[in-house]
Amino acid sequence: MSASRIAAGIALIVLATLPLWLTGVYYINVASQILFYAVFALGLNVLVGHAGLVSLGHAGLFGLASYACAIALQGHWDHSAAIVFALAVTLVGTAVFAFLSLRATGIGFIMITLAIGQILWGLAYRWIGLTNGDNGVSVPSRPSPFGISLVSPTNFYYATLVVFLLSVAAAAIFAQSPFGASLRGTRDQPRRMTALGYHVWMVRFYACLFSGLMSGVAGILFVYYNLFISPQTLALAASAEVILMVISGGSGTLLGPIVGAALVVIMKNVVSAYIVRWNLVLGAIFVAIVILMPEGLVPGTVRLWRKYRTATAVRDDAGLAPKVAEPKT
Amino acid sequence: MNFWLLMAYSVSLGGLLFLLSSGFSLIFGLMRIPNLTHGSLFMLGAYIGATFIVWNRTNFWFAAILSAIIVAGIGAVIERFLLRFLAGKELAQVLVTLGISFMVSDLCLMIWTGDPISVNNPPGLDGATQILGFPFPTYRMAVILIAVVIAAGLWLLLDRTRLGAMIRAGVDDPQMARVVGIPVPWLFTIVFALGAGLAGFAGTVGSPILSVYNGLDQEMLPLALVVVILGGTGSLLGSLVGSFVVGVLYIFGQAKLPELAYFVLFLPMVLILALRPQGLFGRPTQ
Repeated sequence: MSASRIAAGIALIVLATLPLWLTGVYYINVASQILFYAVFALGLNVLVGHAGLVSLGHAGLFGLASYACAIALQGHWDHSAAIVFALAVTLVGTAVFAFLSLRATGIGFIMITLAIGQILWGLAYRWIGLTNGDNGVSVPSRPSPFGISLVSPTNFYYATLVVFLLSVAAAAIFAQSPFGASLRGTRDQPRRMTALGYHVWMVRFYACLFSGLMSGVAGILFVYYNLFISPQTLALAASAEVILMVISGGSGTLLGPIVGAALVVIMKNVVSAYIVRWNLVLGAIFVAIVILMPEGLVPGTVRLWRKYRTATAVRDDAGLAPKVAEPKT
Repeated sequence: MNFWLLMAYSVSLGGLLFLLSSGFSLIFGLMRIPNLTHGSLFMLGAYIGATFIVWNRTNFWFAAILSAIIVAGIGAVIERFLLRFLAGKELAQVLVTLGISFMVSDLCLMIWTGDPISVNNPPGLDGATQILGFPFPTYRMAVILIAVVIAAGLWLLLDRTRLGAMIRAGVDDPQMARVVGIPVPWLFTIVFALGAGLAGFAGTVGSPILSVYNGLDQEMLPLALVVVILGGTGSLLGSLVGSFVVGVLYIFGQAKLPELAYFVLFLPMVLILALRPQGLFGRPTQ
């Protein structure tokens, strides 16, 4: 435990001092992108990792928050009012989303979330009166919380970092909480959970709301980062990207989605600097990860590390070392 | 546009959707996965057909059959060499089909560029035919006829042949089917190839109506999905009814409420999910 505490401390120091040693606006912007996509991936991970429900429509929720915020700002709303409005819209939208998609689990859930994601995309694309269609909506300015303007990339980075750390804390508390445990229970043994008196549907519904809220927070950061939102943000490819973040890093872990977000964002920026075919690379990585490393990078590495540790321990204690349980994928 | 003309457009789109979604539904019924490459296979069929027709001046129907065969082959390869690796892991299979769909879309962009290709109606089917005093576009009538013929053919295949009986057994209870000696893994390949071939055929047949462009895959996949959610998985009658419902909603939605067409399209899906989650003609699972 202490080793991971030290690692977390180092990571925190690195993140907090990042703009000091990482010179160049481009790199700071990439770091901001990683942080808010990590919030998004952590949000989806609540469903994919802890509830065992794979959503292919989460870009719709992310985009819903972005559009709500952008349209409110276009209507000359105050920044804080727009943000509260966007979160409220996302929560209501997620409630409808959950109500429909939780009719099913497993593959059925994937299909319904995919269809709902496409509806939201279709609305963003076609409802020109509200969303300006393919031309998108621009946001006039970034907010200035406590009088600090977020116009500069460094300040925006720090604001994103604060939100990111709060989200990580929320995700960690959630995972440790009785609610997190009951959600994992509904994933592994829904019938036993029902027999134990849990309302399985309700547990999943709350999990959806939590996941949607985090996606919405990420969506608001996204729209303030780009100062622009277009239907492309809600496309199926965007939902697939965030799924890739969760499963490439390792679903069901705290670190996995963050590592996955960093991986995908960096790869996207690097790859698109050299070739235009990002979707081809995305698809290929998707296929490769699902076939070769289905558990994700973080659990995969942890498993190898533990195997190595157990192997050395076995050598030292002549077979008396306790077997370390394999992490559940 | 008058009501009957819109109706003719709806029914012909429904016929096209049936060609697309019957394969999707069969694959779903047998393999228990939504094949997210289905839209890509449709687009691929459209591009291959257009290449033959526009650039090589091949006969339209010959090109449609050729592209059906090529796309069926691609489907068989995807099933045997990628999905087979992940037998039993349904989630992984879905994600792999999603990954492939992105690759296909980008490859199409590379090969055929982003410019849309328009395909003319096949010779002899241009113009309009007078039915009951109304002029109806002849080619769309032909599409309806093709859909009816293929629906009848599929019904005969599934209901009257040994292969069809094995497929039905696999849809109903894959474990028992295996136990009584039905080669279910082979059925997977056959059904996947059949579904892919139908999608490829539909792509070429649909190209004079929809024209061929990158993004067709993303447009058609949700339609097939809605058809199957409406009609129920693995049910031929379900995809037939679902296709025509979706065709009517899509065409009328676009004509009357263009901004909310997508919403109108998904409304019945929402109702069905709330009232009858297994679909109109599906059976409850387990």
